[in-house]
Amino acid sequence: MNKLFAILLLTLAALPAQADLKVFATVPEWAALAREIGGDKVQVYAATTAFQDPHRIEAKPSLLAQARQANLVVAAGADLEIGWLPLVLRDSGNAAIQPSQPGYFEASAWVNRLEVPTVLDRAHGDVHAAGNPHIHLDPRNVLKVGEALTARMAELDPAQAATYRAGFKTFAGKWQVAMARWEKESAPLRGVGVLVHHRSFVYLENWLGMRELGALEPKPGIEPTSGHLTSLLARQQATPAKMVLRAAYQQDGPSQWIAGKAGIPAVLLPYTVGGTPEAKDLFGLFDDTVQRLLKGLH
Amino acid sequence: MQKSFAMAALLAASCAAQAAGSDADLAAIRAQIADMKKSYEQRIAALENKLAEAESRTAQSAQSAQSAAAPVVAAPAAQSAANAFNPEVSLILQGKVRRSKDIANRGITGFFPTEVEGANARGFSADETELVLAANIDPYWRGQAIVALAGGEAEVEEAWFQSLAIGHGVGLKGGRFRSGIGYLNEQHPHARDFADAPLMYQAMFGDSYAQDGVQLKWLAPTPLFVEFGAEVGRGANFPGTDRNRNGAGGSALYVHVGDDLGVSNNWRVGLSWLKTKASERSAEFTDLGGVAAQGAFTGDSTTWLADFVWKWAPNGNPKYQNFKFQGEYFSRQEKGALNCSSDDAASLCNVAVESSYRTRQSGWYTQGVYQFTPEWRAGLRYEQLDSGTRDFGLNAANLAVDAYKPKKTTAMVDYSWSEFSRVRLQYAQDKSMAGITDNQWTLQYIMSLGAHGAHKF
Repeated sequence: MNKLFAILLLTLAALPAQADLKVFATVPEWAALAREIGGDKVQVYAATTAFQDPHRIEAKPSLLAQARQANLVVAAGADLEIGWLPLVLRDSGNAAIQPSQPGYFEASAWVNRLEVPTVLDRAHGDVHAAGNPHIHLDPRNVLKVGEALTARMAELDPAQAATYRAGFKTFAGKWQVAMARWEKESAPLRGVGVLVHHRSFVYLENWLGMRELGALEPKPGIEPTSGHLTSLLARQQATPAKMVLRAAYQQDGPSQWIAGKAGIPAVLLPYTVGGTPEAKDLFGLFDDTVQRLLKGLH
Repeated sequence: MQKSFAMAALLAASCAAQAAGSDADLAAIRAQIADMKKSYEQRIAALENKLAEAESRTAQSAQSAQSAAAPVVAAPAAQSAANAFNPEVSLILQGKVRRSKDIANRGITGFFPTEVEGANARGFSADETELVLAANIDPYWRGQAIVALAGGEAEVEEAWFQSLAIGHGVGLKGGRFRSGIGYLNEQHPHARDFADAPLMYQAMFGDSYAQDGVQLKWLAPTPLFVEFGAEVGRGANFPGTDRNRNGAGGSALYVHVGDDLGVSNNWRVGLSWLKTKASERSAEFTDLGGVAAQGAFTGDSTTWLADFVWKWAPNGNPKYQNFKFQGEYFSRQEKGALNCSSDDAASLCNVAVESSYRTRQSGWYTQGVYQFTPEWRAGLRYEQLDSGTRDFGLNAANLAVDAYKPKKTTAMVDYSWSEFSRVRLQYAQDKSMAGITDNQWTLQYIMSLGAHGAHKF
């Protein structure tokens, strides 16, 4: 027993010293943002990949182990992670990352959310009471979240505050230039009607002035049904959509079906960092998204 | 302001008295007063302007403060302020139609008889309605209560508080809670993959083990998930009994280890130990002559459990397809005294016989559940118990000792419209009683209303 204890102590001692700010990001986009701000001063763990539905993750052991050691949890919020994150936070035994603490950060709290429901009823599907949580696909939101996240990281790690502020300043400068470019490039997309698999592109459409004509899911979180797809196809006569969009983590079947029947392209968007080989970071995410949308027009 | 007016008036009056009689003086005084009046009016107007300006500025800043804060408080309009503090409420509706043999004194051959709730219910039943209330109590604590409503009775199934602010990986829970031993024990019936608890859990605990007491957990600060747990409690539930005493009646220890294997695989293994004491734990026996007798056990019960679970999902995205494989094994040792008695004159135990009692029994189950579309899942479970060694001492001369290996095979298929509604069809070939093969069909529904918290891994 004593030997076991000694081994345990040695193992603990051998762990790397806690010099860096350890960030636990629930989704890849905010992990990427934390890296932009913190650079090599932060250790960033992304709990999910672009190929995982962030609504449907389980409170698996590896997540608990990571949350245990985190100084800062960066969540999308607006109930996106309600099925697993509360459990991970509570069972982590980490007081610093509980929702009432500075170590808990919700990105969607810093932007104006769209689709905040006035009626809350599960008959409308898996709606989020706090509005649509997929806020990151509007680059203006990324900037707002970045500013708030920088302040939070500086608060938690005052020694590196200047580094974080400088990191964000550099990022914001590049981002604004890139944003102007994306907006210019995407001019042909203005007013274009689209269908979506899940309502995960609302902020993107809002930014680019695209029109969402329907979702393949009959209600949020309910998988597409053949009846609903047929009714969407019928609507295609009156209000034609130019393309059908889906995220990298969504099944391609329903998109392909409607695209084939309607004679429009089915466009896969990276949705988040890592969703396509081109979407290596936040810049790549928007570069690739705009390019794929433009390609869908032709 | 009024004061200066009054002073001006007095001054004017005194001036007027001194200079009485001179019209020119009077005119001058009038002009002076008019001047003063004018200047005061101007000053008042200026001050009034200033005030109005200041007021509008505060209003503006309040407005801008509001607009800055607006995204943070953009809560749904439907939520009223008083309601926002209410706990998360959810209600689980569970019911079934069941077709099985009608077996009196349904039990598991070779195992100390435990009563399994509703095990013999046939036909339609609303089964159990679970009311769950949970909320943060304050920044330091969270509370949850689960009230099970069944057969016209309400039972507090769980009622506990949990620490939020201790830190250092420490978690403290107190009240009535499902013990952290094993894998399935902490899961609520509505989260299970089959309509009934495994035979192993039925033999061990009647269904699952709940503790009135405290639980202390520690999560190691390592990339590998390593969790230690310790519980002490009343130990009133089977295999222990309620005893009126100071101090603890049951204790448990466990360790869980888990991790990812690539992006698509996750696993967890566990080892648990449970010790309880029983006093006059009664059960129905049959004596060697076939007459009913009552046994009362007093002694220690020690259970070891080993569990593992492995989950697979392509790219770690369980929404469309996933597979879960789990198994648990237990070994229980009981040591103490057995008292056999019977009111029946024909029974060998008519005169109570006290003897030693020593058993070592074991069992296991393994199951796999495959979700092949977002809506459909199919699962298979196999389980076997071993009644092992049972030494009744002197009572071996009176009581029948069954040596039998109960077995059960279960298959199920379920359909979920959404995360909140599910219907399940289950078939089981139950050979848990010697000489009986019971083919059981169950059609079950599980519906969740309201806020629905996350499920454990």
